[in-house]
Amino acid sequence: MVSHLAEAKEPNPEFTRKVIEQGGKTVNLCFQCGTCTGSCPSGRQTAFRVRKVVRRAQLGFEEDVLPSEDLWLCTTCFTCYERCPRGVEIVDIIMALRNMAVRKGYMAEPHRKVAELISKTGHMVSLREEDKALRKKLGLKETPPTVLSDPKMLDQVKKITEICGFDKLVASGGK
Amino acid sequence: MAKFAFFLGCIMPLRYPGIESSTREVMKALGVELEDIQGASCCPAPGVMRSFDQNYWMSIGARNLALVEKMGTDVVTICNGCFDTLFETAHKLNHDPELRKKVNKTLRDAGGLEYNGTVNVRHFVELLYKDIGLEAIKSKVKGGKNLKAAVFYGCHFLKPSNIKKIDDAERPHIFDDIVEAAGMTSVAYKDKGMCCGAGGGVRARTPDVALKMTKENLENMTAAGVEVIVDCCPFCHLQFDVSQVQLKELQNKIPVLHLSQLLGLSFGLDKEKLGLEVHQVKVNL
Repeated sequence: MVSHLAEAKEPNPEFTRKVIEQGGKTVNLCFQCGTCTGSCPSGRQTAFRVRKVVRRAQLGFEEDVLPSEDLWLCTTCFTCYERCPRGVEIVDIIMALRNMAVRKGYMAEPHRKVAELISKTGHMVSLREEDKALRKKLGLKETPPTVLSDPKMLDQVKKITEICGFDKLVASGGK
Repeated sequence: MAKFAFFLGCIMPLRYPGIESSTREVMKALGVELEDIQGASCCPAPGVMRSFDQNYWMSIGARNLALVEKMGTDVVTICNGCFDTLFETAHKLNHDPELRKKVNKTLRDAGGLEYNGTVNVRHFVELLYKDIGLEAIKSKVKGGKNLKAAVFYGCHFLKPSNIKKIDDAERPHIFDDIVEAAGMTSVAYKDKGMCCGAGGGVRARTPDVALKMTKENLENMTAAGVEVIVDCCPFCHLQFDVSQVQLKELQNKIPVLHLSQLLGLSFGLDKEKLGLEVHQVKVNL
């Protein structure tokens, strides 16, 4: 006779320890009440369940959580963080997990593009001719007085990108 | 005259520059001097950039703070994303000397900067409410229509409330009070306080999911009969404005104004200065 009992997966405390080190220090306080999932605006539209993400982080189920698309459905709205009756800093756990996922190469193409734009131009969106024209019409400086106006200041941003290894991280992600 | 460094960010100066010109005019009218931060960059955005690499996110944020510190002023922003990054970065660096040492080494190596923890990071809604006050705002109002407004706080202005401590995150009132002081009526609607849908990299990666959240907000606002959405964040602003064109099934379109633009209207500023022509949803208010 075939057994239908699931095989118990072994917890991996080593992975949980890494989550804690990288900012998810409250992960073990969660008692799985589901207030987070009930509060989640993204979970209303999708199958994303915050509670499950936290449980997987607690048990160290790395392979269930890091490659998961669900991890990227959180808008970081902090509603769950505000309402958690155990004071679990849920957004910090999500951030720790996302950082780990990116280091494993799980970075979506649109995200890689945003990351590249910031590290190369210092801004998240580009300055187009039509933006300059409207700025001028409104009496503003055509080019904002940010790194866009000063290549030497942009060099500082590029240098930080290099020191932090962010250029390499972005190049290795986005499979 | 109170003076603040004015943090521009990305979406305001590059996609809705009317918010920038309105902010400059409104603040001048209220006696606040705004000084540009030469060579600032993206904050960088707390949803996407913090998700990729918290150390990099914080290091670029600390560079922006270090530039402000050299000016000897506090910093003000009209964007929830910029506010969150600058506020959280300052908070973390103030409470963790080891972390500050590490980040400062990066800043020094990258261009001789360092951050010593003296900058207060301010969101302009909170600045308007606490430092300028409702009476001063009322005194500048030159009439105009009393519109039913959906006041949209967004997420990162008040939350996480354990460190921001600005207003009750679940039942806030300061933004509503300002909108009412400007002569509008703040209307209650279902699930007010819900996220616009754009944050956390969701708009970039899964725009359809972001759109569904935005649609839910818009339906709730429409059911309450609002005539205008008033936001305090250019990213929420963009999400509400652009999505209404994408959501072809929507019967009712609601114009979107940033608080700076709404105050500009109420104060009787030249409409040309509000930059409303780039709004996807026509603004005829």
